[in-house]
Amino acid sequence: MLTRRRFLHTSAATGLTLASSHLAAPALAQGAKIRLGYVSPQSGPLAGFAESDAYNIKAFLASEAGANFEVIVKDSQSNPNRAAEVAKELIIDDEINLMLVASTPENTNPVATTCEAEGMPVISTAAPWQPWFIGQQGNPGDPASWKPFDFAFHYFWGLEDVIAVFLNMWNQLDTNKSIGGLFPNDADGNAWGDPNVGVGPGFAAAGYTLNDPGRYQNLTDDFTAQINAFKAANAQIVTGVVIPPDFTTFWNQAKQQGFAPKAATVAKAILFPQSVEALGEAGHNLSSEVWWSNTHPFASSLTGQSAADLAAGFTAETGRPWTQPIGFIHSLFQMATNVMGRVDDAADPEAVAAAIAATDMDTIVGKVAFNGAGLPPFAAANVCKTPLVGGQWRRKADGTFDLVVVDNQTAPMIPTGGVMEALA
Amino acid sequence: MIGVDTIVQGVLLGGLYALFAAGLSLVFGIMRLVNLAHGDLIVMGAYLILILVTLSGLNPFLAALVAAPLMFGLGWGLQRLVLNRTLGKDILPPLLVTFGLSIALQNALLEGFSADSRKISAGGLETASADLGIVTVGVMPLLTFASAIAVIVGLNALFYRTALGRAFRAVSDDPVTASLMGIRPAHVFAMATGVAMLVVTVAALYFGMRANFDPAIGPARLIYAFEAVIIGGLGSLWGTLAGGIIIGVAQTVGAAVNPEWQILAGHVAFLLVLLVRPRGLFPRAVD
Repeated sequence: MLTRRRFLHTSAATGLTLASSHLAAPALAQGAKIRLGYVSPQSGPLAGFAESDAYNIKAFLASEAGANFEVIVKDSQSNPNRAAEVAKELIIDDEINLMLVASTPENTNPVATTCEAEGMPVISTAAPWQPWFIGQQGNPGDPASWKPFDFAFHYFWGLEDVIAVFLNMWNQLDTNKSIGGLFPNDADGNAWGDPNVGVGPGFAAAGYTLNDPGRYQNLTDDFTAQINAFKAANAQIVTGVVIPPDFTTFWNQAKQQGFAPKAATVAKAILFPQSVEALGEAGHNLSSEVWWSNTHPFASSLTGQSAADLAAGFTAETGRPWTQPIGFIHSLFQMATNVMGRVDDAADPEAVAAAIAATDMDTIVGKVAFNGAGLPPFAAANVCKTPLVGGQWRRKADGTFDLVVVDNQTAPMIPTGGVMEALA
Repeated sequence: MIGVDTIVQGVLLGGLYALFAAGLSLVFGIMRLVNLAHGDLIVMGAYLILILVTLSGLNPFLAALVAAPLMFGLGWGLQRLVLNRTLGKDILPPLLVTFGLSIALQNALLEGFSADSRKISAGGLETASADLGIVTVGVMPLLTFASAIAVIVGLNALFYRTALGRAFRAVSDDPVTASLMGIRPAHVFAMATGVAMLVVTVAALYFGMRANFDPAIGPARLIYAFEAVIIGGLGSLWGTLAGGIIIGVAQTVGAAVNPEWQILAGHVAFLLVLLVRPRGLFPRAVD
């Protein structure tokens, strides 16, 4: 098969292309397309994160800048081992110029680690930065050994942002500042529930008490112990990082057993509207962090769409409600276009990595610049933080839900759609 | 106070486990067939009820009534066309076939329903609670427990009061002699799996109303069902209920000490019972 690269090799070797000897000219100006690799969990439990892939990639390729690119998508099947394997295939067999990856640490970390090892530039998103950065270190327990990456770059928010957003939301309510925590025995639960570096110390600093009964196993059928512990502590707020089936079990049991907190602010379980709809009326006014919504005041540099247009376009094309990952998947392709527009040779990994590091652009999820703002020094070179606000699910008459931003103290440019309401 | 609550909630949870396990217990008791796809069949039943509820707007309980004959037919066909061919002296073929069935079912459900987590909505019943004086319990867990007892009473009546039950017991004891008496084991086995699928429908109804389900969630629910069957003694239906309750109470008591011990406590209880009574609490017959 005659690939672009093989053509360049042979033509350079045989001197056939003496006439067009400016091979180092900007890649965008040449006829050959830049190859983007994209690893995404299109099947398996994380498939919800990838549901906008087809929509976003189609829009990207149809845009003016997109005409210079080719996107090669590989399904990770929600399996970290497979994610690493297909990342390697993309780098070696498909000879990509830049890797894009998103959708939880289970997907971003194996791909980013593979790329770093292979010297392939990678832009990653949609995973809190601590599990992304620290999770890829040789010894996550020893901060002194942590090293920055040469080729891996990531933009998203971190645990400190979640703590701030949750506290701001709770401060809007009149509570006794007693929190019940649901932290499972998995990567997220252990990170959030860690008594030293988890969310507990942050809450304590703001005068809140976290009652953490201990790690439970995912897919537990009974939460009586936690409910009794929360009742005993008179907890008026429930928080945690819970998978959807467990949150449904917990929430129904809490109501059955007469435990009625004023706020339930959980991550993961109520990220997707489908999970909230499964709760029915019990889903009304549940709150969580919001990383992207159709009211975010940002626009796409690729298609000129606003956040609202992008969300509406997705719904029009698929008939499904918009979800938070849509904006971030779209922003990956904005990043790729911007970065490749600033390099002379797309096939030079060092140059591409340098261009990523120099990024300073407005995306549909906010400003991305790897300037270390708001980050500890060890992560400053590789991580950029995007804005995070707090939202509440409001049930409409037809049984569907709207995610309404109720607190924007952490990112005032994002408009609120209401104020925090206590649970009935 | 909290102690009583923990025990009561554990007993009610045991009802759910007994429902998961009753179908398994029935099939195992009659034909020594370990159905590894049992959990996935429950999930499939939940999707079937969900479809009926969504399409027709039926109450979930009525939808389960509609789903039951379909599930019976499916179980009958499954046994007649597939599982009967695997039965024999060797216990490995049925294990392998049901294991394969489990994987095939999960992927078929994933293909048909996507990975979205779904739930059967039961309206206000989901969160309804009943104040019993000392403890406050959910109406739904109470219903689940009552249904588990009803299922076991019903199955016992079927076993010991009807001609079909006599045939079940006969082929279970000695299929060769039973067939000399004019009983066709292949047909009886198919009927047994059909009845087991009726129980699966009941389990699917409560499972689907209790928490979200997705195509991959079946196997996680299978382990407790197995343990309940083994604790109770193979072939004993009341034993299966007792087994479910023992695991349920062990889990809630373990969790009351520390949530980390919740699942472990159930497994430890299972091992302890095996240590003291290797054949389970109420073994029905000597095999």
